[in-house]
Amino acid sequence: MANGTIAVSPHTAEVDFYNVRTKHKGILSWLLTIDHKRIGIMYLFAVVFFFLVAMTIGVFMRLEMLTPGETIMKPQTYNSLFTLHGVIMIFLFIIPAVPAVFGNFFLPIQLGAQDVQFPKLNLLSWYLYVIGAVLALTSLFSGGGIMDTGWTFYVPYSIRTTTNVSLSVFAAFVLGFATILTGLNFITTIHRLRCPGMTWFRMPLFAWALYATSWIQVLATPVIGITLILIILERAFGIGIFDPALGGDPLLYQHMFWIYSHPAVYIMILPAMGVVSEIIPTFSKKAIFGYVPIAISSLGIALVGYLVWGHHMFSSGISDTSRVIFSLLTFFVALPSGIKIFNWVATMYKGSIEVTAPMLYVLLFIFIFSIGGLTGLSLGALNTDLHLTDTYFVVAHFHYVMFGGMGIIFFAALHYWFPKMFGKMYNEKVAKTAAIWIGIGFNMLYFPMFIMGYLGQPRRYYDYLPEFQKYHIFSTVGSWVLVSGILIMYINLAIALKRGKKAPDNPWGGTTLEWKTSSPPIMENFKEIPTVTTGPYDHSNMESQEVKK
Amino acid sequence: MENNHLTEEHNDGHVAEAHHPSYGINILVWIGLLSLTAITVAVAGINLGSLALTVALVIALVKSMFVINFFMHLKFDNKVFKIFLGICMLTFIVVLILTFFDLTFRN
Amino acid sequence: MSYNSDSSVQEIQEVHIHRDDFGSKMGMWLFLFTEILLFGGLFIMYAGYRYLYSDGFAAAATELDVLLGTINTVILLTSSLTVVLSIVALQKNNKQLSLFFLWVTVLCGLIFLVNKYFEWGAKFHHGIYPKGPALQNMSEGEVLYFGLYFVMTGLHGLHIVVGLIFIGYVMRQIQKDVITSVNFQKLENSGLYWHLVDIIWIFLFPLFYLIH
Repeated sequence: MANGTIAVSPHTAEVDFYNVRTKHKGILSWLLTIDHKRIGIMYLFAVVFFFLVAMTIGVFMRLEMLTPGETIMKPQTYNSLFTLHGVIMIFLFIIPAVPAVFGNFFLPIQLGAQDVQFPKLNLLSWYLYVIGAVLALTSLFSGGGIMDTGWTFYVPYSIRTTTNVSLSVFAAFVLGFATILTGLNFITTIHRLRCPGMTWFRMPLFAWALYATSWIQVLATPVIGITLILIILERAFGIGIFDPALGGDPLLYQHMFWIYSHPAVYIMILPAMGVVSEIIPTFSKKAIFGYVPIAISSLGIALVGYLVWGHHMFSSGISDTSRVIFSLLTFFVALPSGIKIFNWVATMYKGSIEVTAPMLYVLLFIFIFSIGGLTGLSLGALNTDLHLTDTYFVVAHFHYVMFGGMGIIFFAALHYWFPKMFGKMYNEKVAKTAAIWIGIGFNMLYFPMFIMGYLGQPRRYYDYLPEFQKYHIFSTVGSWVLVSGILIMYINLAIALKRGKKAPDNPWGGTTLEWKTSSPPIMENFKEIPTVTTGPYDHSNMESQEVKK
Repeated sequence: MENNHLTEEHNDGHVAEAHHPSYGINILVWIGLLSLTAITVAVAGINLGSLALTVALVIALVKSMFVINFFMHLKFDNKVFKIFLGICMLTFIVVLILTFFDLTFRN
Repeated sequence: MSYNSDSSVQEIQEVHIHRDDFGSKMGMWLFLFTEILLFGGLFIMYAGYRYLYSDGFAAAATELDVLLGTINTVILLTSSLTVVLSIVALQKNNKQLSLFFLWVTVLCGLIFLVNKYFEWGAKFHHGIYPKGPALQNMSEGEVLYFGLYFVMTGLHGLHIVVGLIFIGYVMRQIQKDVITSVNFQKLENSGLYWHLVDIIWIFLFPLFYLIH
């Protein structure tokens, strides 16, 4: 490996980006940094913090559902909590997590670049994220109390409720702006900063996934931006656009909301799929099967993802014609996702699979996501949807897709790239144990919800009929298992951060460019700009390195 | 295919080149835009019924094509920007049409 | 933090700064797309409500002054022209002329805003504003028309203000010779932004003023 040799001149930064001398000192060296790696790390800590907050809220919600009637909270509290849980998870964790943390840190490195195209804009995005988060937190303790609309802010309730909708909605607007700027930055970076020899079809699939994601961020987020602003204006001035009393059409609001929020589902899942496409070849010691179809299917998902938002509105009174069209289009989304799953499994076929912690999470993902995806089809079909809509079936479905898809892959990415980001190794055994706990807990928590939903348990109620209690108990116990798994995982990583063994440059035998630099990388990422001559997953030269390791 | 794309982008170099038209063409475009404005106002006076909206939108579209191609230099710019704009407009139009599948066929 | 004795501050800062006009332009265009879809959302709502309430929209449109709208259209088109001419002038290394053209643009932008102020002021005076006395007696279509009118022209006016600030900043940079005949991407970007604002008006004008 090129960088295995000792540096020629001692003053070129042999020092990793944590310890390099920067213009500002101490905490300011972080808060004023324009280094994409530091910004990525700052995002990581922010994102993990909010994940833990929303997870805690979720645990309390599950606790409330342990017995019928009031267990630990009043209905209004429950309404506020499910709103909070959704808003924090969606806007502060799921949407930014993989692109803002791992995208920021690894996209430039995987492209052989020194930074993103607009480093200052990148820092601005982080600040917008933080400002949005602070506004969201402020909204909890000011105005008319915690918002109780659910994360979808449906009108007319959201313009009538006395809770603090305006500020929370504005927070979501600011957060949207942060993701727009990140997307803009990534698109330009991918167009402009690929190193010599890095053609479009030699880019790692993670970069392809981020490219597709970034386009959705740029083209869909503004629509929700204006919609949220209209809610605020409606509340402040009563302009009538969303107020049925003045002739406004609440259905048009739902259209506007889902024009963004359905593509947003793909903002959430596409980067995660990109991570899977990185991890599987590395631990199968094999080039990915069907590179081009996977790359193109990312764009395909982004495209079709735009055309299906209406399936969130099957039961809200849209025209029959559009229901049939949206239902049909919805089935098409399954195609590109299916292509990906097929290619991942084909990559593993006859590979020499090494089941490490990241790989274990990926296998878990394929299992969970397949269930999540297939149940999505039963919701996409008109007739079953009318029966299942607004029940726990939907709750189970999107947790299987979102948490099981993006959340689990966030954990996988964290374990895959942890040695590179922090230069430390974690305890593999504990990490795997945590993964198994998470897998068991996850299915215990959410699978009963499919059954409950099928039997008619509606979502968003703090109460339920006694015959559902056995499922609820099972589910609540599952939440405890899941949470203990997650805590074990984070504690394991925290210990590694403090006391972990020093990580080698390429602990897994990865082939993409981030494994060709030091762990953690130096400030400039590479001592000299690399030149690429092969595709991203060429394992043919990896044998010798394996032995060295 | 992707190689062409790549070289094209990189050929442009990192420093902008000056191949913009001179004062004259821009002033001509401006005169054209003012004329179209006059036409659209004049046409609005005539009762065209349901055609009025179409005519007004077509004129607006022509005007914006002038602005985009000449004032914003898209005509002289790299292909990639034209593709980008195409993607953006296509997204908007598709979303608009799909929304109208609901509005038009509602009972 | 520990410091490597030899790595210099200069070096690290320079790593991140590289001039790429093409990339900068690409970033600007992508930003314009977000603006297009921001207004796009409003245009979709306009289309929806115009379809649902075509009579109300036609009735409400008669309240607007076509002459004032036409004047504002001419003003904006002219301001767009002067921005382009300013770029041409700068490329020909005529700094003073370039600045002059930008001054004309700023002036046009301000006149546009003043006109808008009077236009809105007249509407308010007649009780036509959200929850205003005149608007409350109007039909649902008219209420929605004016709701959209205020939101869309208001948002557009906000963009004019932002554009003016952007151009003001560019003018200062030209004055300080940061933006020059060989380094004018920022001027071009401000121009791109200004033209987009112009294009949005090109559509707002017939949709609000010319319905009969």
